Amino acid sequence: MCLAIPGKIVEMLPGDSAQALVEVLGVRRKVDLGLLEEADPGRVGDWVLIHVGFAMSKVSERHAMEQIRLLEALGETEAAAIELRQGLEAT
Amino acid sequence: MKYVDEFRRPELIGKAREEIRRLIDPSRHYRFMEVCGGHTHAIYRFGLKDLLPRNIELVHGPGCPVCVLPMGRIDDGLALARQPEVIFTAFGDMMRVPGTHGSPLEQKARGVDVRIVYSPADALKIAEANPDRHVLFFAIGFETTAPSTALTLKRARERGIGNFSVFCNHVTIIPAIRAILDSPDMRIDAFIGPGHVSTVIGCRPYEWIARNEKKPIVVSGFEPLDILQAVAMLLRQLRNGEAKVENQYGRVVPWEGNRSALKALAEVFELRPYFEWRGLGFISQSALRIRDEYAEWDAERRFTVPGVRVTDPKAAQCGEVLKGVLQPAQCKLFGKECTPEHPIGALMVSSEGSCAAYYTFEHRKAAVGAP
Amino acid sequence: MSGVARKIRFQDARVEMAHGAGGKASRRLIDGLFAPILFGPSWEPLGDAARVDVGGARLALTTDSFVVHPLRFPGGSIGELAVNGTVNDLAVSGARAVAMVAGYVLEAGLPTEILEAEIRAMAGAAARAGVTIAGGDTKVVEHGKADGMYITTSAVGRVIPDLEISPARVRVGDQVILSGPIGDHGITILLARGELDFEAELRSDTRSVLPLVEALARAAGGAVHWMRDPTRGGVATALNELSLDCGLAIAAEEERIPVRDAVRGACELLGLDPLHIANEGQLIAVVARDSAEAAVAALRETPGGEYASIFGEVIAHPAGAVVVKSAYGGSRIVDMLVGDPLPRIC
Repeated sequence: MCLAIPGKIVEMLPGDSAQALVEVLGVRRKVDLGLLEEADPGRVGDWVLIHVGFAMSKVSERHAMEQIRLLEALGETEAAAIELRQGLEAT
Repeated sequence: MKYVDEFRRPELIGKAREEIRRLIDPSRHYRFMEVCGGHTHAIYRFGLKDLLPRNIELVHGPGCPVCVLPMGRIDDGLALARQPEVIFTAFGDMMRVPGTHGSPLEQKARGVDVRIVYSPADALKIAEANPDRHVLFFAIGFETTAPSTALTLKRARERGIGNFSVFCNHVTIIPAIRAILDSPDMRIDAFIGPGHVSTVIGCRPYEWIARNEKKPIVVSGFEPLDILQAVAMLLRQLRNGEAKVENQYGRVVPWEGNRSALKALAEVFELRPYFEWRGLGFISQSALRIRDEYAEWDAERRFTVPGVRVTDPKAAQCGEVLKGVLQPAQCKLFGKECTPEHPIGALMVSSEGSCAAYYTFEHRKAAVGAP
Repeated sequence: MSGVARKIRFQDARVEMAHGAGGKASRRLIDGLFAPILFGPSWEPLGDAARVDVGGARLALTTDSFVVHPLRFPGGSIGELAVNGTVNDLAVSGARAVAMVAGYVLEAGLPTEILEAEIRAMAGAAARAGVTIAGGDTKVVEHGKADGMYITTSAVGRVIPDLEISPARVRVGDQVILSGPIGDHGITILLARGELDFEAELRSDTRSVLPLVEALARAAGGAVHWMRDPTRGGVATALNELSLDCGLAIAAEEERIPVRDAVRGACELLGLDPLHIANEGQLIAVVARDSAEAAVAALRETPGGEYASIFGEVIAHPAGAVVVKSAYGGSRIVDMLVGDPLPRIC
């Protein structure tokens, strides 16, 4: 129901509210970071999920890589896949 | 494209398909509902039906905010748009949705000041740039989109921007799922959970589906691999006789959701006692309205809203399609009176409406038998 | 002529914006209202230009009107579009533009410097395309009755002898060739309007495709069966028109369609399909299988055709439809667009 795309924070913009320039394949747009968790507000280099000009969450590289590893392991051995999956769930 | 292309890798898609074949019971039929219209769109856009065994039927759910909006709300919004001081702003998705007297786009072509915005923040910017006009933002969307509206209203108040208001049509997903599960003709084996809504609400709100209804649900991303993996996870639960909430989309969905976004929602919005959903009827506590503290920015309180109610044409079976009882092509009007060019029901308008998606990407393939 | 779904009646009560957007509604308006009245009950499918024989000379004739906002954008302006668009309509009909006339509708209050810039842009584009602007007409309307300026150009061209372009010549097994990356023009215009607040290094691809057509004529000649420059409605609309006109189907392979990163990025952000986005300097050609490789090689040696590739094939079923296949085995039907592409958030 909602189109959201990962983009990379390339520049923090000056001002009171948390605004940043975010890039998706060379396309840049001002994105509001005000909805990110206060403890982890986002900085240059972070990847965020963009929806209607707002960052909805940070993209976790660790989770993404683990998911890919899990998929790569599919069909290799059942045991390896289970081990990976349990690793993923424990995180 | 990072975090996109990796999830479209052909060799991994091959592996995910093998996994699905290993887990499936060929002797039974599976009905999985993808709650979210974004999944409906992705399933057709990526041709995922071609990649799934035939005994898995994907049933399209109610998660399309444009589709579930009653025509009366559009008529109300456009009635306000016609006031000379008003600039009517909305997402592109709303622009072709028919009201009784035409769509916002047709009104625009007739001289009404209708503007497409990418973000509610852009609507606020238009208000700042046009202090002698009133900018109305016609807000739609589930919990993914509502926090952006909430933060925009907070910014409007902070900056004292008085010539801006929101016509709020934000809805919540859980009551809609409940309405579907309560429907007597419901036959769904498991759910593909809405990934982007869950970035905000997290995974806990689905626990009752697993616990009380004994249905597996996997919160899923929107790339081909995400959806195939979610299907495999559902099959594994069913094979093991389990019913639990799983998160396939961990790279952006925290189990607990986004507390900051939830806080913004709670500050600005409260639940409406009930709200009308197109095709599903009135559902209690299923939509958001603007709190008293923000009444000044609430279009429904600032203006006299006609409060139009329009009943859908009797022959249209949008409700049955929304609930997954009928497939789009089984509706009597599908592809005849109701097409993307002349939509009768909203499911035919939005590109994530199941009828429009089916018509656009699948219809003729099915009709003539593609290679 | 074996086209499918020919008998269309235009029943819309009013003209809407969608009727001008180049997609289904435009087709219905032309096939259902203009053609039956102007050409009588039996008529050939409409190409981009009309053929006329004058005293033994084979000529082609076309006209096009140009409405664009903003008037200037990265990579071009309305003046260049007005020349290139009409040159291209002739080129894809297999004709070399010779002479052009232009009609201007100007809005009172238009700064002279803007008008002058556009006249100069037209002169430059005409010189590059090798066409003479032989005359014109100007009308001025009240402020508010037009958006700056509109230009209509009409041109006559000489038919290139080796080429015979007609959907009736398209056969199952023919290869479908694209000259280069798609969507540059449409996305450039969308971003240049400034409403979306997106920035990207993108330029319109507006150019004359005549050099590409001539390269094809030299390399493949009579093996070139059909051509189109995929403007409004994009590649999807051009291919749908072809499939309807020839009564066959087109199978395209998605990963062989070149799309620039920034176009793809903007499309992902806005929920658009690059196949629906307008181009102003690309060419789609349907060429007999045996000549397809030679045709691609010739295009690649021509400026603007460096990224030419075979991306699809003519197949028999499902007749009248375009099927796009993904690298991983999924397929979808790609229809004409209904109206202009609109950004979406759902």
